[in-house]
Amino acid sequence: MEDAILFLLFAAIAVVCGINLVVQTHPISSALSLVGVMGALALIYLQLGGEFIAAAQLIVYAGAIMVLFIFVIMLLNAGKERTLPRRLWVTYAGVPLLAGFIGVAAFVIVRMLPPSPGAKFGAMTHGNPQEIGRSLFQVYLLPFEVTSVLILIAILGAVVLARKEVD
Amino acid sequence: MNFFIVSLIKSALVAFVLLTALAYIQWVERKVLAHIQLRVGPRRVGPHGLLQPLADVIKLLTKEDMLPSHVNKFFYFLAPFIAVMFALISIAVIPFGTEVKIGSFSTPMQLTDLNIGVLFILGLSGMGVYGVALAGWASNNKYALIGGLRSSAQMISYELPMAMAIAAPLLMLNSLSFRELVDGQGGFFLGFIPRWSVFQGPFPQIISFLIFLVAAFAETNRVPFDLPEAENELVAGFHVEYGSMKFAAFFMAEYANMVTVSCVAALLFLGGWQPLWPTQYGSGFVPTIIFGIAGLICFSHALNPARPFDRITLPVFGVVFLGIAGIFLIPIAATILLPLFWFLAKVGIILFIYIWIRGTLPRFRYDQLMNFAWTVLFPVAIINLFVTALAVALTSK
Amino acid sequence: MPEIPLPQSVPLTWYLILSAILFTLGVAGFLFRRNVITVFMSIELMLNAVNLSFVTFSYKYKQVDGHIFSFFVMVVAAAEAAVGLAIILTIFKNRQTLEIDEVSSLKN
Repeated sequence: MEDAILFLLFAAIAVVCGINLVVQTHPISSALSLVGVMGALALIYLQLGGEFIAAAQLIVYAGAIMVLFIFVIMLLNAGKERTLPRRLWVTYAGVPLLAGFIGVAAFVIVRMLPPSPGAKFGAMTHGNPQEIGRSLFQVYLLPFEVTSVLILIAILGAVVLARKEVD
Repeated sequence: MNFFIVSLIKSALVAFVLLTALAYIQWVERKVLAHIQLRVGPRRVGPHGLLQPLADVIKLLTKEDMLPSHVNKFFYFLAPFIAVMFALISIAVIPFGTEVKIGSFSTPMQLTDLNIGVLFILGLSGMGVYGVALAGWASNNKYALIGGLRSSAQMISYELPMAMAIAAPLLMLNSLSFRELVDGQGGFFLGFIPRWSVFQGPFPQIISFLIFLVAAFAETNRVPFDLPEAENELVAGFHVEYGSMKFAAFFMAEYANMVTVSCVAALLFLGGWQPLWPTQYGSGFVPTIIFGIAGLICFSHALNPARPFDRITLPVFGVVFLGIAGIFLIPIAATILLPLFWFLAKVGIILFIYIWIRGTLPRFRYDQLMNFAWTVLFPVAIINLFVTALAVALTSK
Repeated sequence: MPEIPLPQSVPLTWYLILSAILFTLGVAGFLFRRNVITVFMSIELMLNAVNLSFVTFSYKYKQVDGHIFSFFVMVVAAAEAAVGLAIILTIFKNRQTLEIDEVSSLKN
């Protein structure tokens, strides 16, 4: 039962931060809400036995990518977004339609997922770095090497695009 | 339930010891810097200034906690909170010694032994950047913003060589849990050379240790990399708009980061609590000898004291030191306290190196600093990791 | 205190429904916001939701392949964030605006 309480707590944090991301007008508040979502998701991954993925989420996603976002927001000094006037039916139909979409998706998930045991903390022991390393360097070696080329391309692209023009 | 109560007691003990140690590391820093600069340091508040940290804490707590009107209030309150939280949580995975066995009850001297302990510390040092960046942003002040951006850019630039310097001994020791890392550094070569990471295996990790120390200086924003928070260059950088307790929070976070990286360096490279030479050659008597000599020096200085109150305080210190030396002779206490002594001695030496370098070196300019990270330290870290991996691959069966 | 009937172990459908909710929020942010950095962050939210789905199925089959896919998603997201933010910086330098409605010179 503690697993359910913990899951509901982290899920509530993730959903509240997600709603905050979409609703806030200033990009910095949205960025920090996204960091909150990533932290809550890292804790959920820990509950699902993915300890390496939880650590990678904190180190790579929340600790490097989001810091990059925050740098760009601070450098560009983006102010609050100005709100356009909206037609009345758009304001009142947006949220119920989204809720309907989530309802349909939840219904499909519950019907189509084959019966499986629930998630208990500690039931999956294969998420440790040894297993990930074994799988990453034996089965998935080619995608691993290709992603290193991808990162090299991204570095070159970012350096060329963000360079100051020397007049 | 038993585990929960024991963990609670350990957490309270570690928190109390850590917070007191943070205050007293500042005392040590002021005294050592003073003696390097041929002056004396604080000496009025208590004997030899020992109550100075207490006076500082009282001053910072009772100062008026102003809230400037032009700051962004939510982030202004959030930033020191984040900085202190992530700095203090890192101590949870640091092991201070071996098991403590009292009767039938045994518990390791560590709050939790995560099997991804090293990744946990790397992740938290990455999250600590947010405190600095938000402090610079929230202050709505151009000096604070520039200081905050520079400091956070410096911290994420030096995280890369630090992570690679950490990865190199992990290749040889094959684990990510701190307790297993230190256990893998036990034993001795030829009977008397300790099997620490810096001396071990196919490739002694001396270059990794140096890279880690340099990157750690930059991560914790200490001299020679402390331009973003220098008082005379950038009007104290990102914490210029912070006063009293929030300012104290940033300083507490900085010293806690220093303690964490010193502990990680001692655990990964210097063998944690493993002694310097084997116990059968008498390394169990080192703390007794050191504290005994300290006590005797106190007594001999008390015979012709430089200041009148030293006639009372120096003999008291002498008695305390001889008492501690005596405790190390009791066998039951010695098995618990000896590993703790070796670990604290190594951490203390690294902290002393931090303070020594602060008193000796000038600071880097910001572009020199970033240039050094990306064009010198990063390639050296990559080459070091590559050579270590090659050595391990060639010599493993 | 009333006895709240919570299950002993968390059913996997709950994780997938959370993933669906986060994905929908990401789609909503992508469609309704006009600041290009917020749009980008909604894309990252969608990628995170998909990561959660991968890790859930990896738990179901007790294999580590889902974690590996999730790791690759993170790597691709990092590369995309770097290049995307560089493009945003260049657009800001040239047009001084961060609203995607105003960057429409190729329209019509």
